[in-house]
Amino acid sequence: MSVLVYTENWDGVFKKLSFELVSYATKVAEMIGTSVTAVSIGDVADDELNRLGTFGALKVIKVEGNTNLDNQVYTSILAEVAKAEDAKVVVISHNNTGKAIAPRLSVKLNAAVGAGLIKLPVSTNPFTVSKKVFSGKAKANVVLKTDVKILTLSQNSFEVIEKGGAATIETFAADVSDAKTVVKDVQKQTGKILLNDAEMVVSGGRGLKSADNWGVIEDLAEVLGAGTACSRPVSDEGWRPHEEHTGQTGKIIAPNLYIAAGISGAIQHMAGISSSKCIVAINNDADAPVFESSDYGIVGDAMKVLPALAEAIKEAKNK
Amino acid sequence: MKIVVCLGNVPDTTTKVKFSDGAAFDKTGVQWIINPWDELALTRAMELKEDAGNLVSSVSVVTVGGKDVEPTMRKALAIGADDAMRVDAEATDAYAVAAQLAEAIKDKGFDIILSGIESSDYNGSMVGGMLAEMLDIPSVSAVSGLNLSGSDVDITRDIDGGKEQVSVSTPFVAIVQKGIAKEARIAAMRGIMMARKKPLAVVPAAEVESLTEFVEFELPAPKPPCKMVDADNVAELVDLLQNEAKVL
Ligand SMILES: Cc1cc2nc3c(=O)[nH]c(=O)nc-3n(C[C@H](O)[C@H](O)[C@H](O)COP(=O)(O)OP(=O)(O)OC[C@H]3O[C@@H](n4cnc5c(N)ncnc54)[C@H](O)[C@@H]3O)c2cc1C
Repeated sequence: MSVLVYTENWDGVFKKLSFELVSYATKVAEMIGTSVTAVSIGDVADDELNRLGTFGALKVIKVEGNTNLDNQVYTSILAEVAKAEDAKVVVISHNNTGKAIAPRLSVKLNAAVGAGLIKLPVSTNPFTVSKKVFSGKAKANVVLKTDVKILTLSQNSFEVIEKGGAATIETFAADVSDAKTVVKDVQKQTGKILLNDAEMVVSGGRGLKSADNWGVIEDLAEVLGAGTACSRPVSDEGWRPHEEHTGQTGKIIAPNLYIAAGISGAIQHMAGISSSKCIVAINNDADAPVFESSDYGIVGDAMKVLPALAEAIKEAKNK
Repeated sequence: MKIVVCLGNVPDTTTKVKFSDGAAFDKTGVQWIINPWDELALTRAMELKEDAGNLVSSVSVVTVGGKDVEPTMRKALAIGADDAMRVDAEATDAYAVAAQLAEAIKDKGFDIILSGIESSDYNGSMVGGMLAEMLDIPSVSAVSGLNLSGSDVDITRDIDGGKEQVSVSTPFVAIVQKGIAKEARIAAMRGIMMARKKPLAVVPAAEVESLTEFVEFELPAPKPPCKMVDADNVAELVDLLQNEAKVL
């Protein structure tokens, strides 16, 4: 018996996300009285794989070879490993890759999925998970009725716990040649903090009035080391790329700090960011709904408040 | 080339959700809409069909649900779908819905199956991928662009930290997100008139199981009031973020 966790790598390197997943899997394994096996697909050096041990994985299974994501190939690999390891629970990220693989794996293993979780299961008998529903307007308890379960974990919602253990590394030979998805070109974003990885996010709405005014957002983001985001109309207008659109129909994120400037706080926008640990709103309308769901607020012109805030943070940092 | 779009029927995004006895979603007074991502998928399907170079012969829509979802299906027909199919079953969970969809569409010769990346009610992001596995065909997820030229399919998918151009042979499932179409189409009067005469087939439910069960719903605790800081005193906000919220 085991808890299996799929750890994605980016050009051979794990991100914090991977360690969150292993930490989560380790806690789930404690709940059901077993140990964690991590699976890694693609070429990752053993030193890097060893890091998974410090977060609780006892065994790491590496599958080397072609790493382009083909949903069917990845699913087959994970299904084979899950069977070989007698996995009772499979933990996968609720990111783009996880959303691509988890549903297929569910069918292959006849495993119920607890999707987009932000905390540990509430009970193991019956196996019950708590998840957000209606885009964060409510929570539900869901019983997973099958013998094997798949849990997809939202990014930035579970703390990384370093335990300092070591893992053994095994190689698993899998046929990765049968990929049906042909990747013709890859465009990577460079030099920018990815929104999903960002611990702090500065976001602008229609209140900023034009694409030319984004300097104040970018400057504050730079001072903070934050990512940048926007509301839907801003990306619809083409002021910002659609990857920055947060909300119900855009990205759903959970940074430690989300600063919303010139955003009215429509329910569809807040649906994407309500899990942020701290929300700051800057709006020139004291009655804007965004203040109802924020922790801190400033009524004022974003074009003035944002640069002042950047200055104040710089000063505080220099103290 | 035949396209089918899987449609979910969901509460309007502004709905104040309520539950009866904490155990079931209370549908009283709820306005229903096409799931936002599915609506974008349908919009893109219509664009592809209208571009004569693409040889798309038909766009169908399919859903799983009771008779009460038919207005939503008519909306899709009004937007331009040629025909609709409703599998007469309750949508109990993602697995059951995918299994019903698979049964309903498997022998119909669809080349491209479109599904939205998430449904705005239970937020699972599972149906499209499950459907592809049940049909044993490829799936591409997080699709933000879909173009056809002849029989070639050119897909843009979002990966964490970038985009990829991929191709895949038909039939396949594309699980689509923001970017696939610029803005969802709204039905015009003419479309609404025509929709009344378009076929809406009712398919009997297949014998399928659900793997999960929603046992309890809960509304979040109200948020404490927002602490206001004067615009001329942003240093105070910095202090609060550092020492009270401890996020800086
Ligand atoms: C099905 C559906 C899905 C949707 N999904 C999303 C989604 O995922 N994400 C999303 O964001 N939206 C979404 N929307 C749109 C949403 O309803 C709102 O229209 C949108 O969030 C508003 O964007 P905004 O706050 O930038 O603009 P507005 O609502 O126009 O607000 C601008 C705000 O800026 C303030 N302002 C103006 N000037 C200044 C200034 N100088 N300084 C400071 N403040 C100023 C104004 O007081 C106002 O509050 C969706 C809508 C629908 C129907």
